[in-house]
Amino acid sequence: MISQPDALGHFGGYGGRFVPETLMSPLEEIEQAYLRFRGDPAFQAELDDLLANFAGRPTPLFHAKRLSEKLGGAKLYLKREDLLHTGAHKINNCLGQILLARRMGKKRIIAETGAGQHGVATATVCALFGLECVVYMGEEDMRRQRLNVFRMRLLGAEVVGVSAGSKTLKDAISEAMRDWVTNVSTTHYLLGSALGAHPYPMMVRDFHRVIGVETRRQILEAEGRLPHAIYACVGGGSNAIGIFHPFLEDSAVRLIGVEAGGRGHKLGEHAARFSGGLPGVLQGTYSYLLQDDDGQIALTHSVSAGLDYASVGPEHAWLHDQHRAEYTSVTDEQALEAARLLARTEGIIPALESAHAVAEAVRLAPKTPGEIHVVNVSGRGDKDIDIYRDNFPELDNEGSDHAAY
Amino acid sequence: MPRIDSLFARLREKKRPALIAYITAGDPSPSRTASLVEALERGGVDLIELGVPFSDPVADGPVIQAASERALKAGTNLRGVVEIAEQIRAHSEIPILLFTYLNPVLRYGAEALAHDAAKAGIDGVLLTDLTPEESGSILPPFRKHGLDTVFLAAPTSTPRRLDLVAENSSGFIYLVSRLGVTGERDSLSDSVEPLVNSLRQRTPKPLALGFGISKPEHAASAGRFADGVVVGSAFVRLIEQNQDSKQLEEKLEDYARALSSALQGARA
Repeated sequence: MISQPDALGHFGGYGGRFVPETLMSPLEEIEQAYLRFRGDPAFQAELDDLLANFAGRPTPLFHAKRLSEKLGGAKLYLKREDLLHTGAHKINNCLGQILLARRMGKKRIIAETGAGQHGVATATVCALFGLECVVYMGEEDMRRQRLNVFRMRLLGAEVVGVSAGSKTLKDAISEAMRDWVTNVSTTHYLLGSALGAHPYPMMVRDFHRVIGVETRRQILEAEGRLPHAIYACVGGGSNAIGIFHPFLEDSAVRLIGVEAGGRGHKLGEHAARFSGGLPGVLQGTYSYLLQDDDGQIALTHSVSAGLDYASVGPEHAWLHDQHRAEYTSVTDEQALEAARLLARTEGIIPALESAHAVAEAVRLAPKTPGEIHVVNVSGRGDKDIDIYRDNFPELDNEGSDHAAY
Repeated sequence: MPRIDSLFARLREKKRPALIAYITAGDPSPSRTASLVEALERGGVDLIELGVPFSDPVADGPVIQAASERALKAGTNLRGVVEIAEQIRAHSEIPILLFTYLNPVLRYGAEALAHDAAKAGIDGVLLTDLTPEESGSILPPFRKHGLDTVFLAAPTSTPRRLDLVAENSSGFIYLVSRLGVTGERDSLSDSVEPLVNSLRQRTPKPLALGFGISKPEHAASAGRFADGVVVGSAFVRLIEQNQDSKQLEEKLEDYARALSSALQGARA
């Protein structure tokens, strides 16, 4: 399983390269550069140094005692990607790709962003290396993740709003692809999830494998054995593939991807591609896809901008069909409740995306006493404070909680 | 002889490049498209690229994106586009190339579409986001039903890729004249001529140039070295601006005539 994908980027029947001809040679160029530098000790040393001293790796694996006790089942550990610089796992991939872009001589970086975490991480690495940065973001996402829009601008990036379609991640990717096809000679497209045409799903996965590699070492140190289950949320699926991948050969470890169940099962009300979608081609790759009977891409909904996407990384599609990973979904409401529970039991406010993984653990842990489970807390919740505030209005007023003594 | 081959053979004798028009089928409504195609043909258009509207057209600029939205809003789907082609074919022998993103084709089924398209009188297909590498399971039914398969060549294509495109294309090869998405530009790109020359060395197949060609003078200069000139966004913009007007057909016909005149004797 480790050897996937094949030379053309196929994970079983998924993945590949489905782009207009203009982008084919640039994708081949990135692939060749990546394969060359991946094996270069100087590249790896520079990346390791930045991951440790700029981003803050390794991240802790934290035993969530109070949450485990409260649920009364499996012993839960949290992989604390939320503690990374910029607030989410996204920085792992951004550091890798920015080093690649520099070696390829690109002066301008473009990116898409949904929740804004990838946009912030991209703006951050561009500031670090003094490169021009343009981030495409759906207008709906700009509204609901306003804090991150400001952070990107503060870091010197230009944020371009996209008003097409559902004004979310999918539309931001389309617009970034249009920019890239126009400016491809000077520009690197720093794609932020394990999506798109080959080599992106492979390359983005490789840059996030560090999450799983550390988790493996840490759980062996703490427990002397591998976990029974690992949970991760799946939008495009970058944090999930990063933590899953080093465990693919360990068939006893359940790998559980959690999609956005949104507010209902009807097409348009969720982003659960594995229960509501069919294989198809969107934005360069063949994977599960929410679409209508005519092959038009469906609108999606999730309270979490980072999970609100009609397709999913192709390696997840393959792992799904192989039954190596299982995919489930939780609703907006379950994710919000899980976030509040984690905040109050462990003092950790997770990102809404990560709260989906927590919610599935909340559901499953009580049924699995004696087991050891790991939840990937892929990001922190600062960016989601406005949404939490809207959903927990009882906590949001200017009055004192009780009279002073 | 297939319609596209015989068109290019005929025009080669006349030393005139083909005028190829792209319009999005179903814009502004499915019932209007056949009449728009007739108008274009009267104005001198030699081949029609019938665009299938798609929700996420990554290769298209704002003009064709908006056309896609209008067509989808009007209820157009791939089945409807095949029916439109059938209506056109009832009155005309103009070659029709189905121009589409891949996903609607996958959903319809390649075998079913190839069958229905051939029956409707469609002559070929161009799948915007399908390159020769990935076409193995998708294109054989189209070839089996006698449809041409047109691929894109781009300024970024390496020699190896130009070979692939030349080998896998039939009918003609569509040359993307510049980096970027579809849309009108002020001038023709300088990267065109080397691309044409490079392909001429590889293949005798006809070469059509598109992306950014909107004015008669662009068409004339592109027509000096290409076998066909594709104009899309300029026509689609006329449709957008005159969608509620009875004069729309007349305006399309006039614009086609201006382009067509500019191409007369372009290759002499």
